[in-house]
Amino acid sequence: MSGRAQASGSRRLGWLWLPLLLCFSFLYVPIVALVVMSFNSGKSALNFSGLSLRWYPELFRDGDLGEALLNSLLVAVGCTLVSTVLGTMLAVGLVRHTRSTALDSLVMAPAILPDLMMAIGLLSFFAAVGVSLGLATVALAHAAFGTAFVVAVVRARLVQLDRSLEEASQDLGAGWFTTFTRITLPSIAPAVAAGSLLAFTLSIDEFVIAFFTNGPTSPTLPIEIYSRVRFGVTPEINALATILLAVSAIAVVVVAVAVGRTEDGDD
Amino acid sequence: MTEPLVSIKGVGASYGSVRALDDVYLDIGDQEFFALLGPSGCGKTTLLRSLAGFETPTEGSVLLAGEDLLAIPAHQRPVNMMFQSYALFPHQTVAGNVGYGPARAGESKQEIARKVAEVLAIVGLTGLERRRPSQLSGGQRQRVALARAIVNRPRLLLLDEPLSALDRNVRSQMQLELKRLQHEVGIAFVMVTHDQEEALSMSDRVAVMDGGRIQQVAAPEELYARPANRFVAEFIGQSNVFEGVAAAGGLSAGGRLLPGSGSGRYLVVRPEQVRLTPAGVVSGTVLETQFAGGMSTIVVAPEEVATASGQPVLVRQPGPTGVERGAAVSLTWDAETAVLVP
Repeated sequence: MSGRAQASGSRRLGWLWLPLLLCFSFLYVPIVALVVMSFNSGKSALNFSGLSLRWYPELFRDGDLGEALLNSLLVAVGCTLVSTVLGTMLAVGLVRHTRSTALDSLVMAPAILPDLMMAIGLLSFFAAVGVSLGLATVALAHAAFGTAFVVAVVRARLVQLDRSLEEASQDLGAGWFTTFTRITLPSIAPAVAAGSLLAFTLSIDEFVIAFFTNGPTSPTLPIEIYSRVRFGVTPEINALATILLAVSAIAVVVVAVAVGRTEDGDD
Repeated sequence: MTEPLVSIKGVGASYGSVRALDDVYLDIGDQEFFALLGPSGCGKTTLLRSLAGFETPTEGSVLLAGEDLLAIPAHQRPVNMMFQSYALFPHQTVAGNVGYGPARAGESKQEIARKVAEVLAIVGLTGLERRRPSQLSGGQRQRVALARAIVNRPRLLLLDEPLSALDRNVRSQMQLELKRLQHEVGIAFVMVTHDQEEALSMSDRVAVMDGGRIQQVAAPEELYARPANRFVAEFIGQSNVFEGVAAAGGLSAGGRLLPGSGSGRYLVVRPEQVRLTPAGVVSGTVLETQFAGGMSTIVVAPEEVATASGQPVLVRQPGPTGVERGAAVSLTWDAETAVLVP
């Protein structure tokens, strides 16, 4: 069945398979190169000198890298929690309680502003209020733009949600809180999940803002990698990247399947 | 009418420069089937949503069984609504939807299950408890929406265009069903509709609205036979409206007396009251004839007298038309079947 669909797809594609192949090569050759280099037996991430798995056990013995990964995960989880809660509440407020388009665009500003400006701004802010820099400030800084992305995703779903569902809930005796938890939230849950996943992935590999708002003692993964690259990168980094790639690919598939399943159930 | 269930007193609502409701007075009786009828934008939906608590009138008061309804928030009103889109919760089953109200009232699981079973039996959906709204037909969804709205036994049930989403043949069946149900549960129904046939065939009384104002409140027969003004006359059914000056025994227009009763500058006569006669009060030429089984319609261009809208005069009679296009005819009607309105 799927084989036949593919066959008819390529028939309609005609000669266009060539540019399609080029586009996909452009997108995926770097990733393939990254993965291949992780199996390099030599010490360089630039010259392939033979197949080996030596960098994977090496990776797990590298305590600093492990700590940096843990730091990044902590930051990403913190950012995701703050962004999801704030972003969802903000989206509900914007869609249900105001018709202001100015507020709408203001919310998106942190997502559109250049990272460098955000970073400098946040650094000045943290300095001004006298907060000592560390993982918490990175998480808050990431949440500042993560929230904007959650708002964008959740708002798109809310706009489509039939307003009378919430009115019906009120009509049947539910106050605003019960209406939100029993009717609104289940209806927008896939969007909330997608938004929080987006905030997580944006946070975990963010470099510029983290670089400015972090303290000196607890580097996040991108910062740790950056500091090593200056002394020459080893295939150990490629091995780490390959593992992260595999984990995120699995996560994306799991979420896509889960979201698809709840949406099937809804309709 | 004894003490009314709902008493709407001087209700008005303005949104910016839009006057959605203007000085509305209305009494609705216990167990009455009441319809709000009018063209779109006439304020009928605003009035209904004000009763539900989703709109707040800017002036006036509403009493429900003597209590100030407008002071009570929507989720505490003893009023339930059936939404035009049905607004069934898509992520819940039929039982979940219908049981939502009793669950919010804090009733026990057994009590909720008993009420759900009872009300599903009333609307004829026993056995579908575990289905999702997406697995139901349009008619079944409508019944679930109805069941959900009556399960809490409200004092007043509001229906927003309840039949507009249904196919034509399901609709006429549901009209009868709603009427039966209203007698069975003994709840006052207030229905908003733009479909006059629906309003006339189902309701005990109808309020015709236009421009945020109540134009007339009357039983369907009276609304048709004795419209209060030109708007109602033209909105309800088909009518021939002549403009002129009230005179003894009718309306003086174009130098002749058109028979009628009442007072006002318009005379309304229904097509089925007009007859062809050798020497009538209005003469004219037949423009067109339509034969539709038991009834036929004759379209006549009047001479000397014009209708208020400039439209030809309609004559409806049983049996075949009996005249040809282009024939000169003369029309008459009885004074008591024509009414003068302002």
